[in-house]
Amino acid sequence: MLLRRPQLSEVRYIIRDGEVVADDWQVVPAIAEGAAAHLPDGKLIVPLNVWLAQTDALTERKQSIGIWLDSNQDAADIAQVVNSFAVVAVNFPKFADGRGYSIATLLRSRYGYKGELRAIGDVLRDQLFYMHRVGFNAFSVRADKDLHDALKALKDFSVTYQGSVDQPLPLFKRRRVPELV
Amino acid sequence: MYKYDQYDQAIVDERVAQFRDQTRRFLAGELTEDEFRPLRLQNGLYIQKHAPMLRVAIPYGHLSTRQLRALAEIARKYDRGYAHFTTRQNIQFNWPKLEAVPDLLADLAQVEMHAIQTSGNCIRNTTSDQFAGIAHDELIDPRPYAELIRQWSTFHPEFAYLPRKFKIAVNGAVEDRAGTMFHDIGVHAVRDAAGEVGFRILVGGGLGRTPILGHVVREFLPRQHLFSYLDAVLRVYNRFGRRDNMYKARIKILVKELGLARFTAEVEAEWVNLKDGASTLTQVEIDRVATFFVDPAYADLPAISAEFEKHQLENKAFARWVSRNVFGHKQAGYAAVTLSLKKTGIAPGDATDAQLDAVADLADRVSFGEVRISHEQNLILADVKKSDLFAVWQKAKEIGFATPNIGLLTDIIACPGGDFCSLANAKSIPVAEAIQRRFDDLDYLFDIGDIAINISGCMNACGHHHVGHIGILGVDKHGAEFYQVTIGGSQGLNASLGKVIGPSFAQDEMADVVEKLIATYVELRFEDEHFLDTAKRVGIEPFKARVYDKRAGHAATEAAIV
Repeated sequence: MLLRRPQLSEVRYIIRDGEVVADDWQVVPAIAEGAAAHLPDGKLIVPLNVWLAQTDALTERKQSIGIWLDSNQDAADIAQVVNSFAVVAVNFPKFADGRGYSIATLLRSRYGYKGELRAIGDVLRDQLFYMHRVGFNAFSVRADKDLHDALKALKDFSVTYQGSVDQPLPLFKRRRVPELV
Repeated sequence: MYKYDQYDQAIVDERVAQFRDQTRRFLAGELTEDEFRPLRLQNGLYIQKHAPMLRVAIPYGHLSTRQLRALAEIARKYDRGYAHFTTRQNIQFNWPKLEAVPDLLADLAQVEMHAIQTSGNCIRNTTSDQFAGIAHDELIDPRPYAELIRQWSTFHPEFAYLPRKFKIAVNGAVEDRAGTMFHDIGVHAVRDAAGEVGFRILVGGGLGRTPILGHVVREFLPRQHLFSYLDAVLRVYNRFGRRDNMYKARIKILVKELGLARFTAEVEAEWVNLKDGASTLTQVEIDRVATFFVDPAYADLPAISAEFEKHQLENKAFARWVSRNVFGHKQAGYAAVTLSLKKTGIAPGDATDAQLDAVADLADRVSFGEVRISHEQNLILADVKKSDLFAVWQKAKEIGFATPNIGLLTDIIACPGGDFCSLANAKSIPVAEAIQRRFDDLDYLFDIGDIAINISGCMNACGHHHVGHIGILGVDKHGAEFYQVTIGGSQGLNASLGKVIGPSFAQDEMADVVEKLIATYVELRFEDEHFLDTAKRVGIEPFKARVYDKRAGHAATEAAIV
């Protein structure tokens, strides 16, 4: 069992590239349309509408900036600028809402996003294998769950049939067929 | 039939390990019921009225006798000695203990079977024509493509959490025996002007609460693009399908709300990006999978077996069985036999462990060690020598699977209904039995001829009632079980949805109702006209009048006399 985290610390932990690591990004919550977002200091992952409304101000900030998409938002909206973000996060409002898998696939395979792709929201162990396949490399696992336990899910399967972001070639293009004698 | 290699085996073995751990964590309280539910459903495990129910996939309906014996053993070891074949080429066990399910899955994995994606909001078991590979009217054998789709859909990472369940059927023949009109995607082999065989892709068909026939989104898809096109359809659905209301979440609702033209445009726009990508099928892969479905070593036989002809002349009961339960075969001297799981008094689709073992022994002797499952919930011996048919009939009688009623009124399709299923509004099995008992005169049954009665215990339509020539749907009326009746539904290329004849009936009225419907047909039919054709010709009114209003009928007669 992990030690209790120090009460006063702001340190949060996520899984990134297969390891449990401390994380100093702050996710700015979604705001109502027209409202002004409070943007604290530090590394921020802002919602799509905040970024669209305050692009100039956010671009001028010295700290690097991240953006997050909700499951009903369209990755195409950031396609042109996607590689200017240090982090792109995709929210899973409920773990059974599978739209984020298509968003991630499109970000990686169609829009060419190379940076950190992070799953946020209702992120649980038993979906991590699929999330990893479609291109997520960072997982902000739900706070009440054990990150080290969740990490095990990345090794659930050693073989996959269809291509995806982690392995674009389907098995039938990798399969070793016994040599004909 | 398809044989696993090290990759296929690793996937099912790792699935067992994964589910074992998920079950352990659930029982230890580390996973909540809400967190565990989609995980168990994607492994075919329901929590039912009496106990869990486990649904095991029989991909495109094919079983080796080794697998059939393993299912019999599972019925003995984990269940109460029987199993239920479903309308989608699955088999269900109604009494396994939750803690024992991982062991059960491990036993299945040993015989290259699994329960992957047999339920849940994901791509379900791919189904096909039970006569695939032996039918006269086949453009291509659909089984290699069904197997390829099974592999493509297994743990597809992008489509594991769809808005709702997703069913794909593949048909390779001219006639549609796979129900492709009633699937989320129907893949139907067609030949283009150049003579090339490809697929017509239908989307958005389905039964359930909102029955709709599938729409053609692409008239001709070259075969190598199958996966990229499926990916495109699924991606449009995954992104835009409704998630706010589970009753409006199927792809058919998306197609309806967007309109076919816009839906098709979305799919085609997506496909442009995927076409010719890494998922493009290679001839090497198509050929690799096709080698598992080559013809067995048929003997060179004359088309006519004198012995078989003689038995038919001498034995009326055998001749009757042949006329209903034996089907033509592309290979001279061979036939396909349907073993009826529709004996009166037995729940449609149910079989005991001993029956499964006996069928396995029979199939080893006379049908190359393979058995098939039809969506009508019967078993098929696909490659039987005509000269063996008499012996097969005698053995089938011993087993209890020789009821000569394939396609007849008592060959009722029914879901498990309220006796087992927690979703059901009403029971199915007693209604099926009451009807079977009412029509116990074989001469009358043969006189009535081809007719399909389908019974579903609720709107989910597992008994496919909308496409029954007579469809019976269990409904809840102020807490009581009632049954709504439709007529004129049908499957196949000219599929149609049945029309409701009027207010619903109590359970004990149902045999009377069916009797009146049949009597109406018998009066009104032309010579050799099937129930469905009569129903389509005369409409529902005469049936309605007979069933609901005796007095109106009398009045009409009196008026005519006056």
